[in-house]
Amino acid sequence: MRELTEKARAEIAAAGSSAQLEQVRVRYLGRRAELPLLLRGVAQLPPEQRAEVGRQANLARRDLEALIAERMETLAVGEMQGRLAADAIDVTLPGSPTVPVGRLHVLTQTTRELEDIFLGLGFTVLEGPEVETVHYNFDALNHGKTHPARARTDTFYLSNEVVLRTHTSPMQIRAMEAHPPPLYVVIPGRVFRPDSDATHTPQFHQIEGLAVDEDITLADLKGTLLAFARAVFGDERQVRLRPHFFPFTEPSVEVDVSCFQCSGSGSMRDGSRCALCKGEGWLEVLGAGEVDPNVYSAVPDTERNAPGYDPEKVQGYAWGMGIERIAMLKHGIPDLRLYFENDLRFLGQFG
Amino acid sequence: MRVPTEWLLQYCDPHLEVAEIARRLTMTGTKVEAIHHHGVGEQDRFLVGRILKVRPHPAADRLQVCEVDLGAARADGPATIVCGAPNVAAGQAVAIALPGAVMPDGGTLKQAKLRGVRSEGMILSAEELNIGPNDGGILVLADQPGPGTRLSQVLPIATEVLELEVTPNRPDCLAIYGVARELHAATSAPLSRPPWQEDEGSAGELDAVAVKVACPELCPRFTARVFEEVEVGPSPLWLAARLIAAGQRPINNVVDITNYVMLLTGQPMHAFDLDEVAGSQLTVRCARDGETLVTLDGERRTLSAKMVVIDDASGPTSLAGVMGGGRSEVRGHTRRVLMEAASWDGPSIHATSSALGLRSEASARFEKGLAPEQCMHAQAVAAHLMRVVCKARLLPGTLDICEPLPPPLRLRLRGARLRSILGVDVARERQVEILRSLDFEVHACGEDLEVTVPPQRRGDVSREADLIEEVARIDGLERLPATLPARRGAYGLLSPSQRLRRRVQDALVGAGLFEVVGWTFCSRSAVEQLTLDRARTHDWSTRAVEVENPLSEEQSLLRPTLLRSLLCSAAHNAVRGMRDLRLFEVGTVFMRDGAGEQEATGVESSVVAQQTGVLERRSLGVLLHGAVRPESWRERQQEEADFYALKGVMEAIGAALHIGGDVLRCEPFTGEGQPFLHPLRAGEVICANRSIGWIGELHPRALLDGLGGCAAMELDFDALIDVALAHAAERRHLDLISFPELRRDIAVVLPAEVPAERVRSAVLSAEGPRRSLLQDVRIFDVYSGPQIGEGRRSLALSLSFRAAARTLSEQDVAPVLAKIVAQLEALGGQLRG
Ligand SMILES: [Zn+2]
Repeated sequence: MRELTEKARAEIAAAGSSAQLEQVRVRYLGRRAELPLLLRGVAQLPPEQRAEVGRQANLARRDLEALIAERMETLAVGEMQGRLAADAIDVTLPGSPTVPVGRLHVLTQTTRELEDIFLGLGFTVLEGPEVETVHYNFDALNHGKTHPARARTDTFYLSNEVVLRTHTSPMQIRAMEAHPPPLYVVIPGRVFRPDSDATHTPQFHQIEGLAVDEDITLADLKGTLLAFARAVFGDERQVRLRPHFFPFTEPSVEVDVSCFQCSGSGSMRDGSRCALCKGEGWLEVLGAGEVDPNVYSAVPDTERNAPGYDPEKVQGYAWGMGIERIAMLKHGIPDLRLYFENDLRFLGQFG
Repeated sequence: MRVPTEWLLQYCDPHLEVAEIARRLTMTGTKVEAIHHHGVGEQDRFLVGRILKVRPHPAADRLQVCEVDLGAARADGPATIVCGAPNVAAGQAVAIALPGAVMPDGGTLKQAKLRGVRSEGMILSAEELNIGPNDGGILVLADQPGPGTRLSQVLPIATEVLELEVTPNRPDCLAIYGVARELHAATSAPLSRPPWQEDEGSAGELDAVAVKVACPELCPRFTARVFEEVEVGPSPLWLAARLIAAGQRPINNVVDITNYVMLLTGQPMHAFDLDEVAGSQLTVRCARDGETLVTLDGERRTLSAKMVVIDDASGPTSLAGVMGGGRSEVRGHTRRVLMEAASWDGPSIHATSSALGLRSEASARFEKGLAPEQCMHAQAVAAHLMRVVCKARLLPGTLDICEPLPPPLRLRLRGARLRSILGVDVARERQVEILRSLDFEVHACGEDLEVTVPPQRRGDVSREADLIEEVARIDGLERLPATLPARRGAYGLLSPSQRLRRRVQDALVGAGLFEVVGWTFCSRSAVEQLTLDRARTHDWSTRAVEVENPLSEEQSLLRPTLLRSLLCSAAHNAVRGMRDLRLFEVGTVFMRDGAGEQEATGVESSVVAQQTGVLERRSLGVLLHGAVRPESWRERQQEEADFYALKGVMEAIGAALHIGGDVLRCEPFTGEGQPFLHPLRAGEVICANRSIGWIGELHPRALLDGLGGCAAMELDFDALIDVALAHAAERRHLDLISFPELRRDIAVVLPAEVPAERVRSAVLSAEGPRRSLLQDVRIFDVYSGPQIGEGRRSLALSLSFRAAARTLSEQDVAPVLAKIVAQLEALGGQLRG
């Protein structure tokens, strides 16, 4: 038995893989192996020898089992390491592409950003038709019969009475026709004017704001647009209202936002003139004003908004800005035409 | 409007830096677009010199060498200056530029050697100083200022010029004095009395000329004065210099006076050579259609009946309010001048100048509407200048044909209203001060003010709101606090459809698509390229919306589809080497609102469409081109985007909107399909049993240059969203967790021509109209091959069953499966395996 045990020990130590070791185990400890057979043969021994031989055999078996387990462990670790080593990869190769990332158009992104700012300020979003009647586009917005904007050089006509809207403002009237005051709406959309050069495209986008209630002041306009300016261009921004003229607001103002590139100083840290605001310290961003009383008068009395928009009872403000211009300022986009070329190398930078 | 500060400050001088003047004007509503420096720079390099001696240049016949006394300005005696002017002579006081002087064109004068003689400066002409016309010689200073005197003390050689953006409601600011009044209001600096305060002329009959106004509604006032013994010649330098600085070219003193008066008062004038006015009579009348007139610029203009002309006895001599005629223009030999100042109907002048494409300084003012009172302002200033400048004698009397002047406009300005519009208080004394500084008459009236509008502001200020603006802009909008509206009861929220539209766009971006923004305009030929042999009958052509005044033929239609702009965007990228394109666009498409549309589609054409005759639809377009995924080192060949890749996008949209294949699906075209699609690889998109668009691979003939095969789809976006909204409204919680679903996969062999959708709907309908256990059917494999047999294919279906309140067993689904098999057999199918 000792001989057998010694031989087994040697084979266990010599086993080079878990499979070989398993063969050794089967050979010495398996059902038909020598050691179990030896144990089974114990029964035939005289009773006084049985106990001793049995004990020895059991000891030998346990000893071998422990040895095998230990050896198995050592082999398994080595084999695992070998398997992992075979799986080695170059982690610096590019990954397998997922579906590539798409992008919203920068105009959509900017429109959403503006919509969200005004949603937060309590406005709802309306959209309107791009083809409009002369009534909504001009007459109801207090444009005189000879206002230059009506000229065929300034407006696309589909017929004498139908135009491509030149601004989003016609929706002011449609919104008031559809909803009684108070009214807080913003109106994004595409507008058209027959200009085509480096700074004009025949189509572009505006967002319009209209708030009508009992007591909306010019100071409220300033506060609203200050909130907008800070949300879009940074918390440090200031706004400046400059008197101006629009047919559908009175008083009318142009609104400048302090330049975010030079913090309104007009010059850069190295002393050079700020190229964004051309040294002015201010960026002209939008037009606005208190809604002209004539605009309220153009809203017909209907059952819905009875007694209608009486200029003695309601007041409010309106403003409008170019979405392309906001995106240009924000992202330094140099040319309007880029927006409509849809070059993926341009589109991929935004959205 | 160009305003030389040298001229402006004569009427109102706030003693401020020009930049501060510009800022104050800008912040009170007269926007200064730019400040230009006009004239010379380095002004101390310009001096008066006295010519002591003139001798011929040793090496050049046409040059002379002058010895010039520069007085105390030059310590080391007279300067030597070479001069080529024919009129140079000893004893003259002349204008000298020394080296370092900056000339009006920006060039710096350097010391020069002219044919071997060193010249220590330059003797200047009026033209070189840009203060007068080229008169062929140097400028000789007649009143002999002392040598060494700074030239700027005797001549207007430099000024700043404010370039103003004047809004169309303020023709009164197209005048130096009007701007001076704004500056006065903005700074409180004193304003000189108006230059027309003293009138050297007199009222009363004027016999020298007879005038008839045949269309008083278009000519509310016509005034004329006659001057005799007029000496026509070049204008004095102060006058010429101001015109040049204001952007006008001096012509002769009489014409220059009319321009000067217009720039100063805002009222255009016209000077006639009275001896050239046939019959010494003028008639103001409407033109006849087709009548022609040669205007001062030498062009022959064809007139129409809406225009106004001024006739003399031999026909039209000038186009009223726009431009004079050549025949009676003032020339060198003119002795008698008729000076006209008239008031014209703004809209009529606007129409005339637009129709003829002829804009002048005069028409730009008249079309905005001038007050008839201003005619006499102009006559008063002109009378003075004609005497002083042209030594002319004014005949007594003024011809004045005038409709009754509009009555003074009185408005009430309520203090409470002012406060409520602005959101800030302006002291009543300040309101009064502001309005008076702007030439309004003001009387206190309790809390309120009673305000009379001055004539030159009549067109702009007619309501209380306009007065509020006047007070607000001068008081300073910087003073306004920044507050927010109270927003009683208002809350901000996107509408459900706006939210769903955003969700679809986000889902498409998530699926790797790029959003593009294309042109609304397209050409008819582009539509014809898409509609191909059906160009004459297809909706896109027959109901195309045309622009009457397009910028070009390329942009003459409003797009009836997004397909064209998607193709253009794709082609732009493809020819630049970007091969794999996944694009979508959301935009409006246009068609003429068809008669009978309502019955045909069941869609009510909207109120707007009834007003405009144009049906607008928000459309969603998708275009795929090239590989569906970028290739990589592991997978070189990627699948090409085909019909099924695109249908996957359609299904992703459905998934994003919670509308599955039951609601949003594709079916073969029932009619003839779309001409721009592959006839057998395309179909109709059905949503809630209504066609809302098309999907398919494009017909090779519909593709653009540089672009290979594409798959594209276009949906009526609003219709899709409406269906999704209706489904969202019905959505209730279903317990899908407590009792698991049971799945069974089956394979069925069918005739190949049976569409998959028919198989699917047959299976779904197996339980009868009310499905109870079968939840969904998914086709997960399609196989055709020799084992299946010619003309047949095998579809593998994954069926899922679920019951609301128990776990299903095989026995539960067995009867349903049996019905499903029966349905499939009815389609000619045979269960496999
Ligand atoms: Zn800046």
